[in-house]
Amino acid sequence: MTAFAVESSGLTKRFGRQVAVNAVDLAVPRGAVYGFLGPNGSGKTTTIRMLLGLIRPTTGGHALLGERMPGGAAAVLPRVGALVEGPGFHPYLSGMDNLRRLDAADRTASAATAEARIRAALDRVGLGAAAGKRFRAYSLGMRQRLALAGAMLAPRDLLILDEPTNGLDPQGTREVRALIGALAAEGATVLLSTHLLSEVEQVCSHVGVMHQGNLVAQSTLEELRAEAAPHAQVHTDRPADAARVLRELGLTEVTHDGAGATGLLGPVAPEKVVAALVHDGVPVRGFAVVAADLEEQFVALTGEGFDVSG
Amino acid sequence: MSAVEVAAVPATRGFTAPLRFLGSELSLIARRRRNQAGLAVLASVPIIVAIAVRVSNPTSSGSGDGGPEFLSSITGNGIFVALAALALELQLFLPIAVAAVAGDAIAGEANVGTLRYLLTVPVHRTRLLAVKYVGIVVGTFIATVTVAGTGVLAGLLLFGGGDVTLLSGTTIGMGEGLLRLLAICLYLTACLAALGAVGLFVSTLTEQPMGATIAIVMFNMISWILGLIPQIEWLHPYLLTHWWNSFGDLLRDPVAWDPLRNGLLSAAAYIVIFLSAAWARFGTRDVTS
Repeated sequence: MTAFAVESSGLTKRFGRQVAVNAVDLAVPRGAVYGFLGPNGSGKTTTIRMLLGLIRPTTGGHALLGERMPGGAAAVLPRVGALVEGPGFHPYLSGMDNLRRLDAADRTASAATAEARIRAALDRVGLGAAAGKRFRAYSLGMRQRLALAGAMLAPRDLLILDEPTNGLDPQGTREVRALIGALAAEGATVLLSTHLLSEVEQVCSHVGVMHQGNLVAQSTLEELRAEAAPHAQVHTDRPADAARVLRELGLTEVTHDGAGATGLLGPVAPEKVVAALVHDGVPVRGFAVVAADLEEQFVALTGEGFDVSG
Repeated sequence: MSAVEVAAVPATRGFTAPLRFLGSELSLIARRRRNQAGLAVLASVPIIVAIAVRVSNPTSSGSGDGGPEFLSSITGNGIFVALAALALELQLFLPIAVAAVAGDAIAGEANVGTLRYLLTVPVHRTRLLAVKYVGIVVGTFIATVTVAGTGVLAGLLLFGGGDVTLLSGTTIGMGEGLLRLLAICLYLTACLAALGAVGLFVSTLTEQPMGATIAIVMFNMISWILGLIPQIEWLHPYLLTHWWNSFGDLLRDPVAWDPLRNGLLSAAAYIVIFLSAAWARFGTRDVTS
């Protein structure tokens, strides 16, 4: 048994001359809630489709729960629940009947327990009351919930969820995030693709950042936070002098503007900075130590903004 | 959990599981309103034929009047309503029914987004094609039997039954007549199943079920049209539809087996070729729907 629930090496997909996914080495540890973060069009969904065997990698390979794919699909995919690029159901069947069909297609699922498992999955996503309604009458949020129920029809060791909170209202978003936490607490590994930074901050233990088909960062969330280097910010009416003092103290990347100066603290203690400023007679109107937040880090990694309202 | 343990699960339930998915597939086809409406249209033709013959020619003794095959024999025995209806629907209505179900098979699942979820269940692609094709064949048989069954009922009601006078002039009992009608239904199902195989292949090429259905109907019509051009007579035996009308040979005594055997061989060839093509195409295709 390997330590990784998802492991890929050099996973690459080219569509014609366009490289959609470029040599991605994913490593999702067992038990992790892995935030697969990236702007729209960064190759997240293509990667997920490759992971699930829907499309063939141009080069590279991967394993799910220790089974090489796509050869091990029949053995491993029953233990993997998936939500890929939004819900997909027959519009003229009820939510319940749609799940019955999915369950009937699963050779490893027992017909005897089907009704109970379907009921439990529907209740878990809060769709119990709407189970008999036709799918076409569902709202976007209900459709998303039904897709999640489909991913939970059987006990899963790995859940691969592509943008699971898309289309949900704030209440639904909170419920789904709680659900993901509960699944992880039960021991499942969750790979969660999202373009919402707040989602990663709230539910994930690990994070991988995609940008233009490349995995530009991958670590635990804590490690990434630790990399966020603190800056010293001085408010003063003599910015140039303040900047000189900061440089003399050994701060790097020092800049100044009309309102003050800032610099990367590094190993220098903040109180030393204040003392040195006062000692040199630079009037200090305000002083702050500011750590870059995750959003700034991701913008630095990807050069693009994230929708953080989610 | 070990991989061995997981792999053992399908083996132990291998007997019931495929039937469960097939059952789901058949109910999916049967529950579609569109398919139900289509079946009603198919069933309406023999009723229309029976009523039209009854109203227009209530005392006819059944002498040839230049109409389509079997039409003139209806007044003699109601069972010929079924045969006339099958002959009338064989060129377009029955092929449309097959094309609607076959076009929907893969393209329909791709179109509503269920294909990616079936494949990640996982359903092996070969198994999905097999279940889809069995669904098409069962649907074809039901369509054919619906036309024949409605025809027999309407015919018996309006014209009565009795001994059946065959095309060769001999007479057989009503029971054997019905058996021969069932054999005709099976023969036509085999013929139409060849169109279904073409349809399954076409359905793997696109995500638009309606486009696939139209393409299948066009394939059928082109085959009929080519069959009408005497200058390319050498081609005719290889056309999909060439042997379909030979079903009437089951109504001779003795049965003219040669054209029927050729028809079945032709259907088998089409089925093998196009199912292989569907498998080759769909087995490795990137599913981006």
